[in-house]
Amino acid sequence: MGDEVKLYGVDGSPFVCRVKIALNLKQVKYDFYVEDLSNKSADLLKYNPAHKKIPVLVHNENPISESLVIVEYIDEAWKGVPILPHDAYEKAQVRFWAKFNEDKCIPALFKAIGSHGSEEAVAEAHEQLQFLENELNVKGGKFFGGDNVNLVDISASFIAFWLGAAEEALGIKVLAKDKFPKLTEWCGNYINCQPVKESLPAREILVAFFKKRFGGN
Amino acid sequence: MGDADVVLLDFWPSMFGMRVRIALAEKGIGYVYKEQDLLNKTPLLLEMNPIHKKIPVLLHNGKPINESCIIVQYIDETWSDKSSLMPSDPFLRAQARFWADYVDKKVYDASKKTWTLKGEEQEKGKKEFIEILKVLEGQIGEKSYFMGESFGYADIALVTFYSWFYTYETLGNFSIEKECPKLIAWAKRCMQRESVSKTLPDPKKIYDFVVEMRSKFGL
Repeated sequence: MGDEVKLYGVDGSPFVCRVKIALNLKQVKYDFYVEDLSNKSADLLKYNPAHKKIPVLVHNENPISESLVIVEYIDEAWKGVPILPHDAYEKAQVRFWAKFNEDKCIPALFKAIGSHGSEEAVAEAHEQLQFLENELNVKGGKFFGGDNVNLVDISASFIAFWLGAAEEALGIKVLAKDKFPKLTEWCGNYINCQPVKESLPAREILVAFFKKRFGGN
Repeated sequence: MGDADVVLLDFWPSMFGMRVRIALAEKGIGYVYKEQDLLNKTPLLLEMNPIHKKIPVLLHNGKPINESCIIVQYIDETWSDKSSLMPSDPFLRAQARFWADYVDKKVYDASKKTWTLKGEEQEKGKKEFIEILKVLEGQIGEKSYFMGESFGYADIALVTFYSWFYTYETLGNFSIEKECPKLIAWAKRCMQRESVSKTLPDPKKIYDFVVEMRSKFGL
């Protein structure tokens, strides 16, 4: 009697990738169901009627939606490498930074990309990235989680991999090495970490996506 | 361990601050309440929440925790010996987190549209707000609370908005009870808990506050 684990998503989504990374960290085997977002499957609509979005994790027919909620669930449902710390205060800090990435930093980066690197949008993105740079400076260590990847690192996957592909596609620079040396170093550490590496889509696909979606100046 | 070990920086009409007050009351935790003037933020608030500069902020032994849902979970995990606010099963916990997240993503922004917009835009806003409440009402269904027979995290996330319903209804000229009678029944059930009834301000006070803000700032 084994676990049945299904993940509904698309390959290029940074939100789906968060879930893949968490499953890989816990060494959980799963079946991946590719969704056509212009023609959502009956299963997806059944499993996530409230938002009708991907990713959705289905564990023994129990559906969970919203990537950060899913990652916390994965941490609680499977033993192994911890994704959140045990201490309540440390946990609160980790949740805070994950929410910051979700609510503030990544939307600011979307704006910077969508505006083709407009001065105003990039300045706003820099303000948010600076908070992360400061946090890495204070913490020290390879990752936001110290020696190991944690929820904060996972929540920032977009910054580590998608942002660079968008910058290349549009010929813009948002995460400059001289301005954000710690964050740049973190990107390299993070994408080279095995469970992360296994989960990332091919870079060329992302570059092509950003060119198609936002390119053509 | 005295009351001063736990300090709450808050603003009385804030539905986010109310969430923390309910959680502290559920656990029977003594604390010092410090009312904040949001137009004239104190050095303490700016020091303890430098990124968002918002309330509520919980200080526990001088260390800050920010974001109301994160604070409520922190309270539940730190004072874990009584009145658990989360289910113990991981899947049910994920459901509770999902619904609190749904409230955070949807309810506040939609609720603002019911009283800050006018004409056609306001009508659309009211419709959107009711649709969201209907989803939440549907999720509670025939259960007493979101996750079954125990009051908890997801209920706390939503019930604080109940104190603002009178304001939305009066300024928006609509009835939430008419559209979502089961949701109102759930809210009244929550209000039978002392932690909720003693925390939520009188809806008329909230209304008076909003009317005053409107005239001051022309909202």
